[in-house]
Amino acid sequence: MIAPQDQLPRLLALVPYLLKRPGVSFSVAATDFGVSEERLRKDLNLLWVCGLPGHYPGDLIEIEFEGDTITLSDPQGVVRPLRLTVDEALALIVALRTLAETPGLSDPEPVLRALAKVEEAAGASAAPAGRIEVALEGEGSALPVVQDALTRGRRLHLRYWTAGRDETTERDVDPVRLLMVDSRSYLEAYCRRAESLRVFRLDRIQTVTILDIASDPPAELPSRDLSQGLFQPTADDTVVTLALEPGAAWVADFYPCESVAELGDGRLVVEIRTRGSAWIRRLALSLGPSGQIVSPADLAAQVRDDARKALTGYAE
Amino acid sequence: MAANKTERLLNLVICLLATRRYLTVQQIREAVPGYDAGGEEAFRRMFERDKEELRELGVPLETGSHSHGEEDVGYRIARRDYELPEIDLAPDEAAALGLAARLWQSAPLAGATGSALLKLRAAGVEPPESAGALEPRVGASEPAFEACWTAVTSGRPIRFQYRTSNRPAPEERRVEPWGVVSWHGRWYLVGHDLARDASRVFRLSRIVGTVATTGPAGSVEVPPGQDLRGLVARMASETPSTSARVRVRHGAAWELRRAATTTTPDGAGWDVVELGFSDPERFADRVTGYGADAVVLTPADARAAVVRRLEALAR
Repeated sequence: MIAPQDQLPRLLALVPYLLKRPGVSFSVAATDFGVSEERLRKDLNLLWVCGLPGHYPGDLIEIEFEGDTITLSDPQGVVRPLRLTVDEALALIVALRTLAETPGLSDPEPVLRALAKVEEAAGASAAPAGRIEVALEGEGSALPVVQDALTRGRRLHLRYWTAGRDETTERDVDPVRLLMVDSRSYLEAYCRRAESLRVFRLDRIQTVTILDIASDPPAELPSRDLSQGLFQPTADDTVVTLALEPGAAWVADFYPCESVAELGDGRLVVEIRTRGSAWIRRLALSLGPSGQIVSPADLAAQVRDDARKALTGYAE
Repeated sequence: MAANKTERLLNLVICLLATRRYLTVQQIREAVPGYDAGGEEAFRRMFERDKEELRELGVPLETGSHSHGEEDVGYRIARRDYELPEIDLAPDEAAALGLAARLWQSAPLAGATGSALLKLRAAGVEPPESAGALEPRVGASEPAFEACWTAVTSGRPIRFQYRTSNRPAPEERRVEPWGVVSWHGRWYLVGHDLARDASRVFRLSRIVGTVATTGPAGSVEVPPGQDLRGLVARMASETPSTSARVRVRHGAAWELRRAATTTTPDGAGWDVVELGFSDPERFADRVTGYGADAVVLTPADARAAVVRRLEALAR
């Protein structure tokens, strides 16, 4: 059940929306409003019993249905949507400014024109926009090549560094889309070698070549929901428990942790999910005495071993 | 029941938009269906809650009177304050808006973007679906984000517990917030630290527990000419002040190789790379993870920092 505080703003937008689009279909309107067609029907049933005081037939919002289409013929004065709230105005304005200020993302000129128009329409709600800033990291040299391959539908050959295993591999991939998450750019592509969808960080692509082969990713690719970030834990990950001294507390900020517990005096115990052990061994090495693997025990032993081997390089 | 309430509120909006005169509470009660049931007391309470709900949605309720009598105070909605002005976007501008609308990855900004787009669609704007462009995403998963954002946009002073790496326990900070900045994927709060009487930058992920407001809306004055982004950049990044030589195994530690200014072969299967850094401890954090594949040759302090880490681990 949608709470009334959600339904009312939707209805206040729905009336002018329908007024602008006579004969719009149920499916298009439902998609635009992000609701089911059934929900939309309920909204419409509510609309046409509302109207001006008196509530005689001529005072009510008038809607006609023909086949699968909706036509609103009398809005009873609700002809424009409500103004943007401060949060709504800022969410759009800061996002547009971010696009305009990040080189290599998109043509800044239409972004700036859209920004000026949204600012004007937002009026006073746009006032605090100068107090929110977003600075994204600049782009690697791979971006224009990858963009070109995407628009022309070409396969790519990558030399790619996998940080977790500290190894460079070569592979052919069919690009699917480019995305940027928390300021880093990624290529999502179907890897012909692994025969599955993979995500590649653009700044870790060492070299990229466009092949003279049409990109041909399988039609039925799982659509990944990236709203929870790129790293999606699965059941077969190992859970590693790390004890962190205050100097290594940044680990809890930096990596998604299953749990974070405070031990007092600024010390933390965190649980991190990881696929394969190489990455976490390197993290533990780099933390040195300020981060200690509590479990699993064999992983702690491996790190001890890694450290002893590394020390031989400093022996002379 | 919920449908009845929405119906009543929508009728109330239509009624107050249609009137030029201020309508008294009694006139509203007679005009809007749903207020007639129950006694006077119940109606007054219901009307108060309805007004509150409409104001939260941003509906500008105007109060005023046509005479001097207290009883004649009434309500109306001024159309020019209510209505979103005309906005007409060219196709490439609508595409830019569509791309921008996908920037925010998490609540509350993703929600605010969604409701803003609904209003723009209702005004006739048609943002197209994704067109193969690079889609930037910015998250805001820090628990303190929403409270800091609201404090900044409403201009209210706040206090919170803040954790730093060189102190054992979180400490209370009292701050007049000037802005929030996302710098290379992380959110920071910039403001005037009242106890230190100086501008400070706080990482949102280090704020522990709840953020409490300590003053009324609009009471924070931001001094003009503050470069919020510059303040965060100075705190967040370090510029190399010296350089190190590191022996690196072939095919390993590409992150160090990429940052290298020179790379010289050094025996079979090894290179020596030279790269800049400023803090030997942080540099050691960066190198030690490569284990036996990267050996710091110079300077001595960075080399010692790596050895100290490895010796502690080898015990």
